[in-house]
Amino acid sequence: MTPPTLDVARIQADFPILKRQVHGKRLVYLDSASSSQKPIQVLDAMDRIYRESYANVHRGVYTIAEESTAAYEAARAKTATLLGGDTSEIVFTKNVTEAINLVAYSWARANLREGDAVVVTEMEHHANVVPWHILSEERGIELRWIPLTDDFGLDLTDLDRLLDGARLLCVTAASNVLGTLNDVRPLADAAHAAGALVLVDAAQAVPHMPVDVRAWDADFVGFTGHKMLGPSGVGGLWARADLLDAMPPFLGGGEMIRDVTTEGFTTNEVPWKFEAGTPPIAEAVGLGAAIDYLQAIGLDAVRAHERQLTQCALDALDARFGDRMTIYGPRDVDRRGSAISFLFGDIHAHDISQVVDEEGVCVRAGHHCAKPLMRALGVVATTRASFYVYNDEDDVDALVDALARAEDFFGFVG
Amino acid sequence: MPGLEDLYREIILDHYRAPRNRGELPVPPAHRAEGFNPLCGDEVILYLDVDDGTVTDIRTAGQGCSISQASTSMMSAAVKGKPVEEARRLIRAFKSLMSIHESTLEGGGADGDGDGGYPDEADDVRLGDLEALQGVVKFPVRIKCATLAWNTLQQGLDESVGAAS
Repeated sequence: MTPPTLDVARIQADFPILKRQVHGKRLVYLDSASSSQKPIQVLDAMDRIYRESYANVHRGVYTIAEESTAAYEAARAKTATLLGGDTSEIVFTKNVTEAINLVAYSWARANLREGDAVVVTEMEHHANVVPWHILSEERGIELRWIPLTDDFGLDLTDLDRLLDGARLLCVTAASNVLGTLNDVRPLADAAHAAGALVLVDAAQAVPHMPVDVRAWDADFVGFTGHKMLGPSGVGGLWARADLLDAMPPFLGGGEMIRDVTTEGFTTNEVPWKFEAGTPPIAEAVGLGAAIDYLQAIGLDAVRAHERQLTQCALDALDARFGDRMTIYGPRDVDRRGSAISFLFGDIHAHDISQVVDEEGVCVRAGHHCAKPLMRALGVVATTRASFYVYNDEDDVDALVDALARAEDFFGFVG
Repeated sequence: MPGLEDLYREIILDHYRAPRNRGELPVPPAHRAEGFNPLCGDEVILYLDVDDGTVTDIRTAGQGCSISQASTSMMSAAVKGKPVEEARRLIRAFKSLMSIHESTLEGGGADGDGDGGYPDEADDVRLGDLEALQGVVKFPVRIKCATLAWNTLQQGLDESVGAAS
């Protein structure tokens, strides 16, 4: 069977920003792992709700309030379908960071006691590290770390010992630095067998491949809209319905209540119990449009496209730069997503990023909000190129040529 | 739009390729100061020998981008052998060079440090080669790279003077 393919030229035409130039060069956007660009369909959906149907949600009984509420809740249903969960299990947050903090502040504070362990991996983004550090300082929770293997996977040799006495396992589905894809299901099985729940940071997975939270057998899954063609300001938490029901509220305010008296309050039903205040309405609608867009082109096809393009990029970088470039991440494209982090000779990541910008190429430089990982790798900063639906082999060529320019410019790659 | 040649002047690349005063000094008597830019991971470590009000020797270590490391090298060459007071004037003048242009870029206003003495002082101090770094202000995200060494020097001088008194 031929793998599904993307009509990339047609997709590119949907992204207005790709028509602009930087320094007189075509914009080559290779930082989608940080945040993706937005297709006209998303921009139009957000524009339309503001122009035609905007009102606060769950408040008014007038026509446009009904329309606004319906559009907002339709986005929740689309998200649930995308992730394989129930609509009532989707809590909108502003991003993955807030989703994980919701779990840390609500579930973990209600359930974890001093001496309980939370297991995290060395390849987590700070969003899946710092909330647990905070909890550790506040509650005396023990943080345990799953180390890396030499080939940029998770070293599960001591998993049983690490999970012994653990209440929660936190793992990224796809590393934002290494590109590594982690096999969530066996980790979830091991965690559950040890009596721990599983929280998956799916920020780098949901935009790029089919995800099924039930197939993962996860308990909590965080995702964000702005990395999956949607706007910034909306993301969410999927969590098992029974967990959400039992969890205390996180933020208090409007919308999350059933009743408020001078003596106290009772909470609304899930998921609204966790959505205090006016939510990001147009942003949720934009996310819904982004999901429609991704499902129309097909996440199987997205994955196949990125897999092929990543192989192309790895081959091109190898062919042009050989040993002068060190790539931090798996070489096997079946084990990795499209984020490629590297050191290039002696040239600092910021200098590389600055020079390739001159060629219109946008790459990320720095620690990528994953300093425990950077320490484990023994590096301070890497340059990262990441690919998405609107990138093609011309972009790979532009990257390679721009890097060659950086090498010429600094002239002493060692 | 500013070009790369505004940022990466030849003298900057020269200091980056062949940094001056690299190494360490025994602590004590030297004072060790460490500066860190958490955003990009640039790291500057300074070893300062301050004797009788003079920076008698300086060595630098650390790692980072060309701008942070060239600025460190140029700073070390500029203050080595100079009286502490002159080093402090250079710090103020250099930070002024960065902040005046920064505020000009942002459409005017007071400099970020709120120190009204900076602009006058800047006129009085000869920055020499250091002026090559002024192109950095056209790239606002890189200003912190250039000022890191100077902030670290300021911290080191404050600490070593404090330790001596």
